[in-house]
Amino acid sequence: MSTPSFPAPPSLAARTKLILRGRLVVPGIAEGEALVSPEPISGWGGIDPAKGTIIERRHALYGACFRGKILVFPSAKGSSGWAGFFQATRLQGTAPLGLVIARISAKSALGAVVTRVPTLTDLDDDPCLVIATGDYVRIDADSGNLEVYKA
Amino acid sequence: MLLTDDEKRMRDGAEGPAVAAAMDLLLRYGRALGAERLCDIRNVAGTMTQPSPVKAALVKEGGWDKAFAVINLDSDGDFAIPDMRVPTCQLQHGFGSDALGIVPYPKQSIELQADAEAFYGRRGVNILATCTPYQVGNLPTFGEHCAWMESSAVIYANSVLGARTNCEGIASTGAASLTGKVPCAGNHQDENRRGTHLIEVDPRAGVDSFLDWGMLGYFAGGIAGEDHPVITGDFGRPDVNDLKHFGAAAATSGGVELYHIPGITPEALTIEAAFGGAAPADSYWYGPSQRRHVYQTLNEIGASPDVDFVLLGCPHASVDQVRRTAAALDGRSLSADTELWIMVPRALREIADRSGYTAVITRAGGRVLTDSCPAMSRTAPAGTRVFATDSAKQAHYLPAILGIEAWFGTTEECVDAAVTGRWRGELRP
Repeated sequence: MSTPSFPAPPSLAARTKLILRGRLVVPGIAEGEALVSPEPISGWGGIDPAKGTIIERRHALYGACFRGKILVFPSAKGSSGWAGFFQATRLQGTAPLGLVIARISAKSALGAVVTRVPTLTDLDDDPCLVIATGDYVRIDADSGNLEVYKA
Repeated sequence: MLLTDDEKRMRDGAEGPAVAAAMDLLLRYGRALGAERLCDIRNVAGTMTQPSPVKAALVKEGGWDKAFAVINLDSDGDFAIPDMRVPTCQLQHGFGSDALGIVPYPKQSIELQADAEAFYGRRGVNILATCTPYQVGNLPTFGEHCAWMESSAVIYANSVLGARTNCEGIASTGAASLTGKVPCAGNHQDENRRGTHLIEVDPRAGVDSFLDWGMLGYFAGGIAGEDHPVITGDFGRPDVNDLKHFGAAAATSGGVELYHIPGITPEALTIEAAFGGAAPADSYWYGPSQRRHVYQTLNEIGASPDVDFVLLGCPHASVDQVRRTAAALDGRSLSADTELWIMVPRALREIADRSGYTAVITRAGGRVLTDSCPAMSRTAPAGTRVFATDSAKQAHYLPAILGIEAWFGTTEECVDAAVTGRWRGELRP
């Protein structure tokens, strides 16, 4: 089970809190700052597992680092090497703390499994619209709850 | 998940620790997919031999058994890898020894891969070494459940052959190879194989060539994303090369794993059958202006007409494509500043050699190469700034991977660019 790399901000209690319900993909609890992608993410050719960054030049998150964050994205795209690249982030210590995947597929399901971080999908609201980069989120995958503390 | 007695035995270690680790991965993966059970498969296309820095370090630490456990089974265990339980093939990987001294590619990677081939060959992995296993004898039958990766092969298996596979990954194909099982979800189930988007082809779009089927595929992927386009309308009858290009392009611009062309592909004989009796959610028109837009998108990275490098054979070329390239190059020679590579499965190069095609291409200064491609191995001839290709997939990926300009056109335009060193391609009606 992952633990956050930094403590929750003290002002959390004052923030607006939302709760989304989803389906378990990988069990466990994780919390941290959200990095939200407005568009699908590629594994092979899309991320650098050595640095934990998005490297696709035309991507909205080009250059952003997901290490130590909760990565929220609509779906996986591109090569079937997707999961292998996310597994490599775990092996190289650059993995996100947790994943929230709006629409899951074989590529991203396997990717979440081999990254071994708490993951939810099939939420009752679009996580890429409800959550913004910088919000603080808590995934309780076993119960299916996703708590969002708006920044 | 509901498991059979046989599956429970494998999970509980009756077949040894490697098989138990494989079952553990399949159960974690099945839960992630929301699958209720596993399905039996006896055809796996995966990757074990492709070199990488992470893999090299694991091999150094614990040999190929360790590398397979970590990468191909997602396991932390230490155990020996048994023989493959079901027929398993290696897809495309890095360049082999036949590229030594020709392609700028590290010798230690070639050696690591040769070592891997020896290890996995002993465990029953067929080293097909191509993104097109269906061209060299791995042809699943209609309705057969498989565990394949490589997006262009997955879409071909599902659509052209009517086999059933999800777009698997390295760990799921590894686990499938030791168990003959994969989660029964997605493309394995009837209800998930229906069409979603109808694309009607205008006769004025003139879809009747390798180039045009690639462009139509790129359009279909952009429309359908991860869903299932259904193609209808007025077009020439595609051959296997056209469908190979169409699928690779649709899997590149979108994430298409399955399409139907009633009257051509086997699973749906009519549009009604393709949509399972339901009305299509959306329908789209592919006419001359859509065709021109796709052509411009695939050529938007090209600025300089000075072509350094021509790449053919993505996905790996058929013998007919090699013959066509040889015919276009016969009696000509490449520009001094330009290289031409055509990528083929090694088994088909044997036929190209035997038929005299390789000699014609080599005499002109071109290269018939195997096992890999510039995108997989992240390499091109030294100093390449501008490349030309007849593959929509390679035109899409290579500029991002290697930071070079791209031109997309017909095979003949690409050969012309290799001979003159200049791009003179244009979209003809």
